[in-house]
Amino acid sequence: MRSTGSTMLLTGNHAAAYGAMLARPKVIPIYPITPQTPIAEKLTELQLQGLLNAEFITPESEHSAMAACISASLTGVRVFTATSSQGLLLMHELLHFASGARTPIVMANANRTPAIPWGFWADHTDSLAQRDTGWIQFYTESPQEALDTVLQAYLTAETVGLPAMVIFEAFYVTHCLEVVEVPAQEAVDSYLPPYEPEVKLDPEVGRSFGNVVDQKMYFQHRRSLDQAMERVFETARNADEQWRELTGRGYGIVEKYKSDDAETVLLTMGSISGTAKVAVDNMRKSGLSVGLLKVRLFRPFPVQELRRELQGRQRIVILDRNFSPGCGGILHQETKAALYGMKNVPPVFGYLAGVGGVNVSPQKIEEMVRSALRAAECPVKSIWAGDE
Amino acid sequence: MNDMTKVKSYEIQEEKIFLPGHSACPGCAMALSLRYILNTMGPNTVGLIPPSCMGPIMGAQPYSSMLIPIFHNSFESSASSAAGIKRALKARGKDDVNVIALAGDGGTYDIGLQALSSVAEHNEDIIYFCMDNEGYMNTGTQKSSSTPRYAYTTSTPGGKKTKKKNIVEIMAAHRIPYVATATIGYLDDLVYKVRKAKEIKGTRFILLLIPCIEGWGFPENDVATMARLAVQTGVFPLYEVEDGEKYTINHGPQGLPIENYLSRQRRYRHLTKEQIAEIQCEVDRNWRRLEKLASLFSFKES
Repeated sequence: MRSTGSTMLLTGNHAAAYGAMLARPKVIPIYPITPQTPIAEKLTELQLQGLLNAEFITPESEHSAMAACISASLTGVRVFTATSSQGLLLMHELLHFASGARTPIVMANANRTPAIPWGFWADHTDSLAQRDTGWIQFYTESPQEALDTVLQAYLTAETVGLPAMVIFEAFYVTHCLEVVEVPAQEAVDSYLPPYEPEVKLDPEVGRSFGNVVDQKMYFQHRRSLDQAMERVFETARNADEQWRELTGRGYGIVEKYKSDDAETVLLTMGSISGTAKVAVDNMRKSGLSVGLLKVRLFRPFPVQELRRELQGRQRIVILDRNFSPGCGGILHQETKAALYGMKNVPPVFGYLAGVGGVNVSPQKIEEMVRSALRAAECPVKSIWAGDE
Repeated sequence: MNDMTKVKSYEIQEEKIFLPGHSACPGCAMALSLRYILNTMGPNTVGLIPPSCMGPIMGAQPYSSMLIPIFHNSFESSASSAAGIKRALKARGKDDVNVIALAGDGGTYDIGLQALSSVAEHNEDIIYFCMDNEGYMNTGTQKSSSTPRYAYTTSTPGGKKTKKKNIVEIMAAHRIPYVATATIGYLDDLVYKVRKAKEIKGTRFILLLIPCIEGWGFPENDVATMARLAVQTGVFPLYEVEDGEKYTINHGPQGLPIENYLSRQRRYRHLTKEQIAEIQCEVDRNWRRLEKLASLFSFKES
């Protein structure tokens, strides 16, 4: 184990794997899928090198991988897994199980277009389709942020007792190499204490999980899940703040970029945020008052923070790299719902930008903003955009 | 071919793990099986149950009929969930805890087969009990791939057209250390097998025939009789397969015609003479095949 932090050239996948290694998980059930596979490969390599000491389970499907994650977590150990797209969709049933069982599993998801047609491209639809499953969801922009967020996710998940996804897009992040600072193990150990739940599956503890309940008890379970979700905001903020103290890197649950005085605010998630920041700089140079908010924590949805940040702006421009047929852009819809009923609600323009992984250039983003500036009225529906 | 390999006299020693007051049907063979499985496994055990009659038998929150921790997992995941528990216990330095799955035939032959196959191929250290009542009885008697040919279920109102899947051969083909069949008609044999499985490491699979009062249609005081007749007519021979090769037959048919078994069950009351003859042929053929396998790979007890 390295005694001090080190700087490495890592892809998003490998950065997430190093993040997982530093969390010292005890059980890793994992199934390969493009573009996530390098996470699984790196973890087995780290195990072989003696840098990781986990029980690996390599089952026949993502469904079984998640089943093993849940039962291992209930048995009182820290668990890590990773998946993508079809794999995540196959897990869907058990994602509800994981949050219902209050297992603080951390899972990396490499966003990839759901079939069919078949593709391997960056698109948030796979994980956004899991937004009602009771998982905390962090959307990240870069390999460094992926690594940092894996550890923040563990601290948050284990504090509130909910599972958490750390999400980043196919190839734009999973296979993009960048210089990543990998913190020292001792530093991470001081940040993330060992996971030792009191209640677990163990003959010496003698507690069972998952029995049938009556309607009233089910109601109570759901309500306590809501209370746990409510605790996530402060917990995730603190986890991010403590990480900043430890490593110098913090992001906030909603990251701000030149947004304080901006008349027009771009709202983004994931890798498109980097491009949008370039677009903001360009527009600022040409005298436009534009800033950016990156929604990093999507579940629970930071309603209060967005209401506070967006009240009184001239307009909001949302970039959705996802598509909910019959509804439009999911961040667009959620943001409009979050702002409803507030005084001075700005018009909210939604663009389906980059769906299917198509390239969205800074120029394209600038065009979307300028088009919103010119618009006489704000369309209710999300607008298709991007280099189709 | 009567009781070819006698099980050495085995004294049933029970620890009280399975308790009275559960909500199984009166006379239920699964409850009786559970009593001997759990009370033989003992307190140092964690159990897995999928949706099945096991749910009501275990009891609703905050009650439990079992004095061991149970996780009621999803229908198709019994084997993989059990493996997850075992590996986590191992990681916690508690490798001595037994992990058992208690699933039905729907959860094993059908929806859980994929996960079970993977767990067996990895030789995960669990004991998987399949409580085979030959159909989806908890949802009101629909056919599973364990339902025998010509049996009535609500999804095969004219009788099932296809044969029962041979799960024992499927599991044996995984070359796991221990596969066995058992039933409450032969309690000493059942307990002997649970006890034996408990001493082995790796994936162990025990198939228990559970004559179902409601699903099969017979009086509740006939459960043990039905379980014995299944063995004595050759429908459900009791045997063990070790490492996928060593066959040991414990109890086989005693020359009783199949009609003695079929005629006592409502699910077969529509059968024609020809169909009964066909079933007899199939049972005879299966038995000859089993005998051949046993003689090919026998592991004679001296």
